[in-house]
This record gives sequence, C-alpha cells and structure tokens, in this order.
Amino acid sequence: MARRAAPEINAGSMADIAFLLLIFFLVTTTMDVDTGITRILPPPVKNKNENVDVKERNVLKILINSHDLMLVNGKPANISNLANKIIDFMSIHPNDKAYPEVQEKFIPELGKKVLMTKGIVSLKNDRGTSYEMYIKVQDAIAKAFNEMKDQQALKYYGLKFSELADNNKIKTINKLVPIRVSEAEPENVGGQ
Amino acid sequence: MRENTLIVRIKLPEATQVQKLEKKSLVSYIYIGEPTDKALYGTKARIQLNDSYATVGDIPEFVTKERQARNEADRNLMTFSLKVDKNTKMGIVTDVKQQLRMANALKINYSTRKVLKQ
Repeated sequence: MARRAAPEINAGSMADIAFLLLIFFLVTTTMDVDTGITRILPPPVKNKNENVDVKERNVLKILINSHDLMLVNGKPANISNLANKIIDFMSIHPNDKAYPEVQEKFIPELGKKVLMTKGIVSLKNDRGTSYEMYIKVQDAIAKAFNEMKDQQALKYYGLKFSELADNNKIKTINKLVPIRVSEAEPENVGGQ
Repeated sequence: MRENTLIVRIKLPEATQVQKLEKKSLVSYIYIGEPTDKALYGTKARIQLNDSYATVGDIPEFVTKERQARNEADRNLMTFSLKVDKNTKMGIVTDVKQQLRMANALKINYSTRKVLKQ
C-alpha cells in the first residue's frame, strides 16, 4: 500500500493575517493619556462669616468678566503678559511700597532665614466666564509659579525644578515658592 | 479604552503647564458639556456622572460611592478629574467645585490638552 504524505495546511498567508490584525488593533485603540492642571481646593469653611483680612498691597487681583475680559489690579490686561506680571508682583522688594510686604522665614533644609513675599494672587471670575478663558488664566498662574520654582531651584541647586531628583530638594523648593492663589466665589453680573 | 461612553460633547481646552495624571485607578471623572443628542436634551451644558446625566446635587453621593469603591487606605488620595468642554460657562463648573469642596474631595484636576505654546 502506497504511503501518502500527511496533508499540510497552507500557512503561507498566516503572517499577512497576523499583520492585518495587528494594524487593525493599532488603529482602533485610543489610548488617551490624561493630562491636566492639578489643584487642591480649599477645605470647606464652617463659619461663613469668617473673613481673613489681607492688606490691599499684598493682593494681586485678577478679575474676569462674562465677556472674558480681564482686569489685573484695576487695569485691563491680557493673557500673554499675565505670567510676567505675577512673577514681577511676587518678586521681593523689601523697601518698595508698590510691592507686597516681605517676611523672613526659617527654612530648616537650607539652615537659614529667607525673605519671602506675603503676596497673594486672587482670582475672581463671573458665572458667565468661559471655561477656556478660566483655564488660560490658571495656566498663566501655573506658568508664573513654575518659573519662580525654576529660579529658586537654579539658585540653590543649579538645576531646573523639573530636573530635581531628590525628594527633599523638591520639598524645599515647594516651601520656598508656595502656590499662593486664592479663588473668590464668582459673581453673577453677566447673567447666565 | 475609555471608562465611560460620553453622552456630552467635550472639546478640552489647551494649556501649557500640564501634568500627567498618575494612578488612574484613583481618578474619578466628572464630565460637563453640551448633550450629544441635542434634539432630545437641548443645548444647555449638563453634567455626566458614570453613564448618565446628573445634576449638581448628585455630586456628593457620587463622591461617596467612588470613595467606597476604593481601598480604605487610598481614599484620601483620590483625584476628581473635571473634563469640561471649553465653551462651558464657569457657573456650572463653580457649582460642581463647591459640591466637591463640601464633600471633602479637594484634589481636583482640570483636564486639558497639552500644547507647547498658547
């Protein structure tokens, strides 16, 4: 009896099929990386009438109305130079009345006292302000504080803030540049 | 690979100073935008929690439920990510933020797309 060879499956196109599948999944999978601006909200207040007095010269007031127009300390301003305005405002000028007060603070990590500004950025918007504008302002504020952190990091460690690897150094810089932003409850002038 | 099917239209705003959201398992999402089905739900901005529309008043319950779903040790590390359409008015966003504050969910993230220059 003649022996017949076992029949083989034609697998020549297997690789093509595998590649097609691979490409199909590559195209259809959306991997959205979540990015955003992280903020910590102030804890809820029990006593609503509690007002914290802050001196006028220590506050940089940013107001945004329902037409997305901005006032910084009473003067019209735009997004492009907001970050620089904040950096200028938060810079240290012990003897200049136009800038916020300064105070000496002991930073244990550096082992010495450092002059720190008492300045606060205050942000107030209308209920009709667009979210896009709000994010632009938040972004500018974040940019200002990140730049100030970079300055301090360069001064003390010779590196940019994002390049610091040591957790203690990051903590120290965060202490030197606290994010002093206050958000007031919005007004409803523009109507919504 | 989305957690939820969106029933609101969301076009995220852009920002330059963004951070990556880490530990996705500790992130809960709140979506705000115009309903996708305008004929049925109109064009007023709505809040989406999980897979359905919600009102501002539903947020405390949502926060509690999301907390309960997490490990006890991780509950204080939770982040609430606000995915808000860029044309939304701040009014509704502020209301949501106030509710989150009241519910003691203080760590929030404004979801934005990263751009190099505004």
